[in-house]
Amino acid sequence: MSDKDANQCKRQFLVAATTVAGGVAAGAAGVPFVASMLPSERAKAAGAPVEVDLSTLAPGERITVEWRGKPVWIVRRTKEMLESIKANDGNVSDPDSNKPMQPAYAKNEMRAIKDEYLVVVGICTHLGCSPVGKFAKQAEAFDSNWQGGFYCPCHGSLFDLAGRVYKNRPAPDNLVVPPHKYLSDTRIVIGEDTKGA
Amino acid sequence: MGIINMNNFKSLIAALLLAPALALSAGGEAKLDRAPINPDDHASLQRGARHFVNYCLSCHNASYMRYNRLQDIGLTDAQIRDNLIFTGVKVGEVMKSAMDTKASKEWFGATPPELSVIARSRASHAGSGADWLYTYLRSFYRDPERPTGWNNTVFPNVGMPHVLWELQGEQVLAETKVRADGYDKVEHVLKLSGKGTMTPVEYDRMVADLVNFMVFIGEPGQATRKTLGVFVLAALGLLFVFAYALKKEYWKDVH
Amino acid sequence: MAASPKEPVQFTGAGPLNAPISGVLTWVDQRFPLMSLWRDHLSQYYAPKNFNFWYFFGSLAMLVLVIQIVTGIFLVMHYKPSAAEAFASVEYIMRDVPAGWFIRYMHSTGASAFFIVVYLHMFRGLMYGSYRQPRELIWIFGMLIYLCLMAEAFFGYLLPWGQMSFWGAQVIVNLFDALPLIGPDLSTWIRGDFVISDATLNRFFAFHVIAIPLALLGLVAAHIMALHEVGSNNPDGVEIKKHKDADGKPLDGIPFHPYYTVKDIVGVVVFLFLFFAVVFYAPEMGGYFLEYNNFIPADPLKTPPHIAPVWYFTPYYSILRAITEDFMLVLAIGVAAYVVLIWLTVRDAKVKMAAAAIGLVVIVLMKGGPLALEAKVWGVAMMGAATLIFFLLPWLDRSPVKSIRYKGSLFRTALTIFVITFIVLGYYGVQVVTPVGTVISQIGTLVYFAFFLLMPWYSVMDKTRPEPDRVTM
Repeated sequence: MSDKDANQCKRQFLVAATTVAGGVAAGAAGVPFVASMLPSERAKAAGAPVEVDLSTLAPGERITVEWRGKPVWIVRRTKEMLESIKANDGNVSDPDSNKPMQPAYAKNEMRAIKDEYLVVVGICTHLGCSPVGKFAKQAEAFDSNWQGGFYCPCHGSLFDLAGRVYKNRPAPDNLVVPPHKYLSDTRIVIGEDTKGA
Repeated sequence: MGIINMNNFKSLIAALLLAPALALSAGGEAKLDRAPINPDDHASLQRGARHFVNYCLSCHNASYMRYNRLQDIGLTDAQIRDNLIFTGVKVGEVMKSAMDTKASKEWFGATPPELSVIARSRASHAGSGADWLYTYLRSFYRDPERPTGWNNTVFPNVGMPHVLWELQGEQVLAETKVRADGYDKVEHVLKLSGKGTMTPVEYDRMVADLVNFMVFIGEPGQATRKTLGVFVLAALGLLFVFAYALKKEYWKDVH
Repeated sequence: MAASPKEPVQFTGAGPLNAPISGVLTWVDQRFPLMSLWRDHLSQYYAPKNFNFWYFFGSLAMLVLVIQIVTGIFLVMHYKPSAAEAFASVEYIMRDVPAGWFIRYMHSTGASAFFIVVYLHMFRGLMYGSYRQPRELIWIFGMLIYLCLMAEAFFGYLLPWGQMSFWGAQVIVNLFDALPLIGPDLSTWIRGDFVISDATLNRFFAFHVIAIPLALLGLVAAHIMALHEVGSNNPDGVEIKKHKDADGKPLDGIPFHPYYTVKDIVGVVVFLFLFFAVVFYAPEMGGYFLEYNNFIPADPLKTPPHIAPVWYFTPYYSILRAITEDFMLVLAIGVAAYVVLIWLTVRDAKVKMAAAAIGLVVIVLMKGGPLALEAKVWGVAMMGAATLIFFLLPWLDRSPVKSIRYKGSLFRTALTIFVITFIVLGYYGVQVVTPVGTVISQIGTLVYFAFFLLMPWYSVMDKTRPEPDRVTM
């Protein structure tokens, strides 16, 4: 009977329409709940960019600052240190920093905006320990021809003075270079770069 | 509550007319003036922010209010940093007082209360929280018997001194005899006895801006809330149309 | 009804590889009573076709329960249950958590909405005799849900750690002090400390977030199972199972799905409209849903000038405050009068002796000199009795008809007066104590208890009309 068919048609349409409208409303209702799990203003404030004054950093020295709960090292490299980096190209597994462990402006041999300053996150890319700084160019137990860099005591990974990881060591990647920019020759802000935070 | 959408001049006149009429009948609660504030007036809120950090944050905290939330009233991070932050903290930090709370408790007898939600807490059947704050800040009078030298008709024996007295000038509590209901009644009225740097009209405007700001920090998201509500209720209205049509269709079966 | 006798399961090897949707359903149904649950409780659950406006509130109560649980879960992600951090964490949710204010307002509005919906749901029961045989157990589960709900609201209210939170909890826990012998120790045990403190906050958090929600879920399941076992009542109070068609389906019944699912969806949409109107435009509701004083952090050294419980507790609070020393004499006389009434009208000797014995004990405990309990204790007892007396309703109502539609003017008047009294008691519970308010609360208390205690008499004396055979639309 066409009456009943028409009824069925109408019912199917109404069920579909109500389901779609209700589904959209339910989806929209879910948005605030999902959003509430995003970083809060307090988390964002705690993770805010950190300004560092480099004027008191002597050549060959390193300072450590905290950003987003992680240690960030700034090393003021001497000319000898920069040369030892060039000499190390053969020892490291990713000399040209092809893997995305740094922003575009640090994708160079020195892995820095200004060659003089190395800015890296001081966390080993193996399992998260904090490597020890071994800047002196001298024979070490882990490398008789050590050019200077970082040694991770947990499982023996090695990084050079550009934070590049040595071949045949547990760590797979170069040390992370965080977003940063120079406010002046002696002031740097970590966590923010020219493209935005 | 206290939102006057008309032009400021009218509201100032209203405030001026109300101010000297503030009466404290013997033993009763103070009547509250309507606070002439407009939460959409960003200029007023920005002035209020300036008054707040200049006069209130020296003793009080607004520990739940972040400086960078002031972007909601039309300020940039740079403007906030340069004009409103005196304690050297980052713009993402909360508005904390420079004063130590233990010290302030010793000096004033009570810790100056947290101001983030003060406007919400002071509401009552007598008026909104804004009304209370607006009346309170204009009701200080000289009282040599109080340790601070000041008392207040809205909050008797308050521990807070009249921080804004140089702007308002000095008020005293004057007694006037009034004949009402067939007998003499003594009424207390606030009278301006010494001029301040602002005229009463200017002072009331300043307090209104400050109170407007204090209402804002009580619930910075209020404007968003009210805007979103329109969409939610409209969506539910649409959903009702479908749901009702569906119900009607199926219930044709039932006699 | 109980499931029909099962045939031995044929594991036909049905599954998603045979036929995607019906295959999965069949696979599950061979291992879990999916289809029989669907039939017994939805598509073949026959409900009376004459449900009216008052029948929306059961499904709405379930909706509010879900809203409270979901918003509660997301609040607990950010809330800190310690005296030092609780108040600040609530403001953190309101300001720093994305959409936190929205979740918080939904939860605070939901708490009051829960009580509005539940009170209307209970009123439906009062009107249509939904508590009468064979539905007494549904009513008992429902009353247990109501008690759990009151406890849940009480524990939850401490969590924001505002002035009202602290002092409200202080006053109510101190009530237990009044109990003879064990009182003060009991209060200390409840608090975990000598005064409401961090210890109290943590345990109230455990009750509010875990213990009572689990109890509520279990009780709601039991409530619905008991309902479905017997079948729903209706506005005419007529048992639809008395008249069935050839297939055994009640003539006046319609399957819950699709008819009542579709109708309840409309109810849900209207409810949500009102609910979100409050959430977005009046979340404080004049200080009744979010009390103004609670925006001040708890201060154990500064008592607020006026402590009142949240609006949904105020009728009981009124009764508590009404029991003064002077009123004890009135109560004692009332008890004596009640015993006399029983002696004059009841024939059963056992009942008469029991009434006399209980009455004597009560009167001694009220006015018996050195043996008498303080008015304070009786206040707590009467407040408790006011909530518990609802449990007795199935046995107090002795009317030959269930629904108010066929009851006479005696019952209708009594119910009307009861509702007005409940509201008046609620109003005075919010106000400061005044002599006039106390007298009105005392009269209200007497009327409140009279509604229940005199019901065995007036429900029988009432001139009822005959209940129809079939429902009226």
